[in-house]
Amino acid sequence: MNHLLSIEDLDRAGIERIVERARSFAEVSDREIKKVPALRGRMVLNLFYEASTRTRSSFELAAKRLSADVVNFAASGSSVEKGESLKDTVLTLSAHKPDAIVLRTPWAGAAELVSRWCSAAIVNAGDGKHEHPTQALLDVYTLHERLGGIDGASIWIVGDVTHSRVARSNIIAFQRMGARVTVAGPPTLIPRGIESLGCDVRYTLDELSSADVVYALRMQRERMSETWVPSLREYAAQYQINGHRLGSRQTLMHPGPVNRGVELSGEVVDSPQALITAQVEAGVVVRMAVLYELLAGAREPRPVPEPQLA
Amino acid sequence: MTAQPLVQGPRQLADLLFRDVHVLDPRAGIDARHDVRVRAGEIAELGSPGTLNEDSAASEGEEVVEGHGRRRLLPAFFDPHVHLRTPGQEHKEDLETGTRAAAAGGFAGVIAMPNTDPVLDSAPLLRSLRDAAAREARVPVGFLGAITRGLEGEQLTEMAELREQGALGFTDDGRPVQSAGMLRKAFQYQRLCGGVLALHEEDPTLSRDGAMHEGAVSAALGIAGIPTVSESTMVARDAALAAYEGARVHFQHLSCVASVDTVAQAKACGCMVSAEATPHHLLLTEEDVRSMDTRMKMNPPLATEVDRQALIEGLRAGTIDCVASDHAPHAREEKEVPFEQAPMGTTGLETAFAALYTGLVLTGTLELGLLVERMTAGAGLFELPIARIAVGEPANLTLIDLDAEWVAGERGWESRSENCCFTGRTLKGRVLFTVAAGGIAFRERAFSVVT
Repeated sequence: MNHLLSIEDLDRAGIERIVERARSFAEVSDREIKKVPALRGRMVLNLFYEASTRTRSSFELAAKRLSADVVNFAASGSSVEKGESLKDTVLTLSAHKPDAIVLRTPWAGAAELVSRWCSAAIVNAGDGKHEHPTQALLDVYTLHERLGGIDGASIWIVGDVTHSRVARSNIIAFQRMGARVTVAGPPTLIPRGIESLGCDVRYTLDELSSADVVYALRMQRERMSETWVPSLREYAAQYQINGHRLGSRQTLMHPGPVNRGVELSGEVVDSPQALITAQVEAGVVVRMAVLYELLAGAREPRPVPEPQLA
Repeated sequence: MTAQPLVQGPRQLADLLFRDVHVLDPRAGIDARHDVRVRAGEIAELGSPGTLNEDSAASEGEEVVEGHGRRRLLPAFFDPHVHLRTPGQEHKEDLETGTRAAAAGGFAGVIAMPNTDPVLDSAPLLRSLRDAAAREARVPVGFLGAITRGLEGEQLTEMAELREQGALGFTDDGRPVQSAGMLRKAFQYQRLCGGVLALHEEDPTLSRDGAMHEGAVSAALGIAGIPTVSESTMVARDAALAAYEGARVHFQHLSCVASVDTVAQAKACGCMVSAEATPHHLLLTEEDVRSMDTRMKMNPPLATEVDRQALIEGLRAGTIDCVASDHAPHAREEKEVPFEQAPMGTTGLETAFAALYTGLVLTGTLELGLLVERMTAGAGLFELPIARIAVGEPANLTLIDLDAEWVAGERGWESRSENCCFTGRTLKGRVLFTVAAGGIAFRERAFSVVT
């Protein structure tokens, strides 16, 4: 694996390998000294074009636990605000010879584009509404730890699928690991053609009880101004996962940050069925596994790809 | 209209002998080997191969071009929809580079769109642009003026004066005329000033911030989609308006099955509508966007295989009257960005014939004669003479080696920009030589001629 641009880059065996390695790193996290020297002397650059606290700090922690050097580069307050293009920013930062660049942007395909411009390993930490592969990996890891595996499981992804990179990566990853995926949400927020990814589509939660896992998506408040749904109140009435809708044998997940009272009621967030904090915990060990996979071991210097038009 | 509609740069009227070329002109009913003599820019003689020899008195000073019995001599193509980016965006293209690209693609005439900076919405601007074309254009260029000032959809341009200064018609291309009431006024005003109203059809409340076709691929990529109804509902609206006002309307770059059906119905009802389709919509689909290559980003977006087949059928049946490239150059740095940030458009003049010949004729989908017909018909839609290979006609000719294989972009482009969606594809059919309005406009560098 040279990069992690899309969850499509990993077959089932590849996902299992990362889950397995994450498990071995989980043991490190329980030690008093939570650090291994696996990536000593390597440099990981976090390049974030979008506000992100948890993903960025999760990557930072993961790199530090592997003893890598970490540089954080936030696009605001930098040359980017002075009009520098993505390409020029990447070329400039590449001069520091990072071994890996963790990239978060609001644009689909940006990670892949960047992988053609520099020799570092690129980790896609979210590209627009396209993909968020490490989120999918940590969700698979969390489910494996909790359920032992998801072969044959029914997973419902509920909410704003249109604007969710998490939904896209998870539909692919969950299916690859043997689960059946149903997406459900307001018809205005389920993209036309999503069933081509192999999932089922529902516009109500009437059959939610058939799910083994309920994965709620964040309902972004800014969507209200564009009238994707008439009101948060109506959204909550139709799609909120609450104590009435969530059965006792169902597992609940959410990528965070949660809007309590919107997509989830407070009671289910605090219930033992919710894996939300386990997901955050998994984030660090899974990202350790990804960085390890990309950077560990003696590596030939990567060839810089031929310059070409996007 | 007082001014001549087409303008071109200075040229020397050519004296040429095309020896043993395979002449194909469906309108003239010719599909056979001939010698063709061009004298002072006019087709002077047509004879059986070997009958026009070079030692007659007529041959004095003429250049001999060998056809070897297989190179095709076609009436040169006409493109009613190109963006020459002048004035204001000369870093993408200018009159010289754009018309050079046209000549290299076998075109002997193009119509430039007015979405320049500033917008071509006044007679003085048109005059100065025509003056520039009279210095720089390698092939004749016609211009469409804007329908509304600044393309803002609020106030009609001085259409009558623009017509007097040579505007072939009007368009807000790049944008729709969103208000039906505004467009209706333009339709009414057309009775005074004439000229064709060419329409870019898109409902911005449906296309919103979409960057590609709405469907399976946009859903998978998480890129906002443009539904085909954004185009087809506007085609239906404007066909109805045109019927009501008796307007002469040309629908630009159709991209989906519903639009083709609507145009067919409008034609069946006797409306004065015509339509064009681009090589990229005839050959590519949303699947080609999966790689998020920004060269595949255009407006209207590449749709589905069903839509593509409907466009091909429309072209064959004549519902779609002509091919237009919608040649839309963009600078490298503008396209070398993430897909959603990139501007819409692909270049197309240099690949139009070869791409369609390779993709439609060689696959048995379309006859070569019909393709030639559709690549020349655009002139007629704008009340201009269509190129013909007949004695006494001005020489508008292109010589093509149908067997020559080339990789698009491999040897660079004549256009200033390189954002061609066919880059890297192996195409058959190479333009060797183009004569436009009697002057030599292009010769393939590697093509040796006997003098």
